[in-house]
Amino acid sequence: MTRLIPVRETILAGAILVLLLLISSRFAGFVAPSNLANVFNDTAPLIILALGQMVVILTRCIDLSVAANLALTGMAVAMINVAMPGLPIPVIIAIAIFLGAIMGAINGVLVWKLAIPPIVVTLGTMTIFRGIIFLISDGKWVNSHEMSPAFTGFPRMELLGLPVLSWAAIITIIIFGIMMARAPFGRSIFAVGGNPHAAVYTGIDVGKTQFWAFVVSGALAGLTGYLWVSRFAVAYVDIAGGFELEVVAACVIGGISIAGGVGSVGGAVLGAIFLGVVKNALPVVNISPFWQLAISGSAILIAVAFNARSGRNKGRIILKSAEATQ
Amino acid sequence: MSTRPAPAVSPDVSPMVSMDMITKTFPGVKALDEVKLDLYPGQVTALVGENGAGKSTTVKILTGIYQPNGGTIRIDGEPISFASPNDAAKAGITAIHQETVLFDELSVAENIYIGHAPRTRFGLIDTAQMHRNAGKLLADIGAPFSSHTQLRDLGIASKHLVAIARALSVDARVVIMDEPTAALSHKEIEELYELVETLKSQGKAILFISHKFDEIFRIADRYTVFRDGAFVGDGRISDISEGELVTMMVGRSVDQIFPQSDHDIGEEVLRVVGYDHPTEFADIGFTLNCGEILGFYGLVGAGRSEFMQALFGITKPSKGVCLVNGDIKVIRSPADAVSNGIVYVPEDRGKQGAIIGLPIFQNITLPSLGKTSRSGFLKLAEEFKLAREYSQRLDLRAAALDQDVGNLSGGNQQKVVIAKWLATQPQVIILDEPTKGIDIGSKAAVHEFMSELAAQGLSVIMVSSEIPEIIGMSDRVIVMRDGRIAAELSKGELSPETLVRHAAGITSSTEGAAA
Amino acid sequence: MTDATQTRHVPDHLNSRATRIFKSWEALLLAVAIAIFVINSFASPYFLSAWNLSDATFNFTEKAMIAFAMALLIISGEIDLSVASIIALSSTAMGLALQYGAGTPELVMIGLTVGLLCGAFNGFFVTVLGLPSIVVTIGTMSLFRGISYIILGDDAFRGYPASFSWFGQGYIYWVFTVEMLLFVIIAIIYGVLLHKTNFGRAVYAIGNNPTGALFSGIRVARVKFILFLLTGLMSGIAAVCLTSRLGSTRPSIATGMELEVVTMVVLGGVNILGGSGTIPGVVIAAFVMGLVTFGLGLLNVPGIVMSIFIGLLLIGVIALPRLWAMAAAGRKA
Repeated sequence: MTRLIPVRETILAGAILVLLLLISSRFAGFVAPSNLANVFNDTAPLIILALGQMVVILTRCIDLSVAANLALTGMAVAMINVAMPGLPIPVIIAIAIFLGAIMGAINGVLVWKLAIPPIVVTLGTMTIFRGIIFLISDGKWVNSHEMSPAFTGFPRMELLGLPVLSWAAIITIIIFGIMMARAPFGRSIFAVGGNPHAAVYTGIDVGKTQFWAFVVSGALAGLTGYLWVSRFAVAYVDIAGGFELEVVAACVIGGISIAGGVGSVGGAVLGAIFLGVVKNALPVVNISPFWQLAISGSAILIAVAFNARSGRNKGRIILKSAEATQ
Repeated sequence: MSTRPAPAVSPDVSPMVSMDMITKTFPGVKALDEVKLDLYPGQVTALVGENGAGKSTTVKILTGIYQPNGGTIRIDGEPISFASPNDAAKAGITAIHQETVLFDELSVAENIYIGHAPRTRFGLIDTAQMHRNAGKLLADIGAPFSSHTQLRDLGIASKHLVAIARALSVDARVVIMDEPTAALSHKEIEELYELVETLKSQGKAILFISHKFDEIFRIADRYTVFRDGAFVGDGRISDISEGELVTMMVGRSVDQIFPQSDHDIGEEVLRVVGYDHPTEFADIGFTLNCGEILGFYGLVGAGRSEFMQALFGITKPSKGVCLVNGDIKVIRSPADAVSNGIVYVPEDRGKQGAIIGLPIFQNITLPSLGKTSRSGFLKLAEEFKLAREYSQRLDLRAAALDQDVGNLSGGNQQKVVIAKWLATQPQVIILDEPTKGIDIGSKAAVHEFMSELAAQGLSVIMVSSEIPEIIGMSDRVIVMRDGRIAAELSKGELSPETLVRHAAGITSSTEGAAA
Repeated sequence: MTDATQTRHVPDHLNSRATRIFKSWEALLLAVAIAIFVINSFASPYFLSAWNLSDATFNFTEKAMIAFAMALLIISGEIDLSVASIIALSSTAMGLALQYGAGTPELVMIGLTVGLLCGAFNGFFVTVLGLPSIVVTIGTMSLFRGISYIILGDDAFRGYPASFSWFGQGYIYWVFTVEMLLFVIIAIIYGVLLHKTNFGRAVYAIGNNPTGALFSGIRVARVKFILFLLTGLMSGIAAVCLTSRLGSTRPSIATGMELEVVTMVVLGGVNILGGSGTIPGVVIAAFVMGLVTFGLGLLNVPGIVMSIFIGLLLIGVIALPRLWAMAAAGRKA
């Protein structure tokens, strides 16, 4: 009865393949390797954020503040770059990750120590972070000509044929793949979300694990903040507005259960790629990009209905005859 | 019999673990009152007691999940305290818990090793090593599945084996087994016994909790008896008979505490024919008469509650007919059941019975709002009137009727749930483990009340796992086993031995007469 | 056992009515509202003008209409994040009907019907398929607004009839607007529904313990479905008011309003986890939010900065009592 192939991920990967085939039947150029690499590069921020969100959702929480965190960090590093153009990029990235992690830690502390529901905490911090961007920037934009060439050039820099932005996503995927499968922290995340009651019995601190999940999500939002602002070479209050929902959508489509404990790195990545393919394909197949929102909304509903059906609780089986057929 | 001298002194060995004067209180309940428990190396100590005696609380204190309010725990004579489950694990105490505390989304090996997996030098989990170790453990206990299996693909018995393997994976000195055989088959139980022998020979101290007397007398070396959260006695198992142990456990002879009722049993009220469910129960059929108390006995997990919930409309049976007063009734929801005069007092009081957060009076009137309101609008005066009437009938102890029901003790919460249903003036009341975990005084009140209800012509179905309660209260008993009816016994046929035999499916009569 | 004839008398109430009211969340909130009012009237000379105050009510009347229904939904343990998107879809449907020559009565009918249908759609997924409402309504939030985008794209519907503007721009008497009247009527209806009817009691029971409510014979799924319908209907009414007030429909209409509605409900003392909360609390919270926004607006504080206050308010009102309790427990220990 061992599941050799993870069912949800296979179905989703199949859906993406079918989608690609359909698009290529009308526009063969879309599936050219160089274009697929572009699609991946375009989806990289969503992939990174979806992985952070996945960790949070697995622990039965939700982080709606990721996009605001991204925007605030992005604005902060852009302003630092304007003030100190000589600061090396690795330092900028470290600052971005650190700032993001701090914001994640604020969410985490409120959830852990004050036991405030995560949705309330992150709704609140989401508006607060956005407001702070206005306060520090005075509502002004930081434009490309104010940023240093190194700052804006880094994510586009090519290594082995792929831009750094893509590599950032790939490295994040690899780190998360290892962390979720092999690191004790990854396994406790599944334990906390799957059965918090039992997690206590095995000596895992549920609140603390949730705290660290928020820190991870925040740190990735911070990293994405730099990548986003430098890639688009502009920072303002409203960047990535509403992006948090796309991130949650990627997770839900990827089969991560909002009830916690169920999900995989592959699922989150595929969910993000699904949305990325749809977004990039619409103009190619001559469908108005205004369809995108409705399509991702429908995809969420279909995915959550499908996952609920396949993951329905079996309950306990008392009849011996019934157990034999299981 | 409880006056019998119980020598705790063992000439050769001193206890590895000793709990002394341990007290644990919860809001409204004293779960443990200055109890003592000693565990000896290389010996199995059986902790015996009725439901609610404090066994599970003791396990939770020993494993660091609860912290006692008073008393000392000593290991090798040194006082020690556990602030968390980790502390207990470090002290070498491990437990196979009653409820499965495992993770469906992880593999078998990960379940065994979560929290203490072998690491590589980079701090990552050494999966290869982990699976090798897990495979060896599983082979040792004769588990027929691989360490790579996802836990959610396993049945209950297999999950239990994983829990046992987990307990063995830490190099523990003390192993606690809380009803380890409840979900196991006959063959698996034999293998477990062998395992216990191995652990004994390794000098581990074993705490064994079980309701099955044959089991206790087969593998335990010593016994400790708790009753209602208090220590009753301990000693060597070879110095005591089964009957004496039962008396210590129950603390009184069976017939003296139950109200003698000679109510008249009238006509048929409820008839159930051929209730089937794909996985929980099959072919359940019986009748229930006016003024009758029908007991449902069985081991935990025999499918009694599952059937009752189907009868009450919570779950859907795949087949079956239910007749109330001779008419076929379709019950698709609890609301349907209530309107047909069938009500259900669930076992899980906190989750399914009382609505914690709502005041007492609102709990009582909830299913009767149709009666206390006018065209959908509440009439508080009527509500208080109804709540007052039934809280007095049940002798409810509370500060005020507008207090949150969550502030009440377990026994009084149970009274509120019963009051809620009586206020609907039902024909059939199903009581699922009505006295589980409530204090002795409330217990007697519930029993008295039950026979009063029967005398007034109400039909009662009582699901209970307590033999004295079943024998003392029932006019007739249905025994369930593995989701089916194993026997139907009239009052004259009831004896602890017959009940246990039918519930466990033992065909030949066992030795060791009951009290 | 006690003698059966000597049963104890359990009193109906523990505290007097006055004590219960004085100790309530609503009392605290009302004090906050009055304080904000006083501070505002000192901070800006323009605050205490009847017309300015009347204008200020537009800051909360539409949101509050939805908040009342949302309060019931949240008390029952569910949530609807799609309300702002329902407004967008409902407004788009009205705009579309306008292109086919619909008059004011038809427009209103269509606006409300679309709201109800959206509510039914959410309710179906949550109560029939048993899916978590937060995910479902995050999905429909995209879907409903997405349909508006498909229909409208970058365009807008304009040219609503003059009679239609009555809902969002009309006055009943002197400074009292049509929306204020609607706000009062809806507040009273929901206050009665939640606090004075069997239905309201069922909502509380479900929110405190859905399993227990089901086991008590309450038709939990039906109650929840009705609550989604009501939330959809209220969003439809808000869509009529907002469209009428703005005089145009864009697909981005009311973006982010769902968060303000949820904030209003939580600020009003409704437990986000379900089980408790009152309509008077939400009414006062609506005033508090309206006054804060209006007062800061008079002081030329930009909207985005006001959102910091709203966010702090949201977290603060939940965090402070908990911090207080922790401090009290710390002192005791």
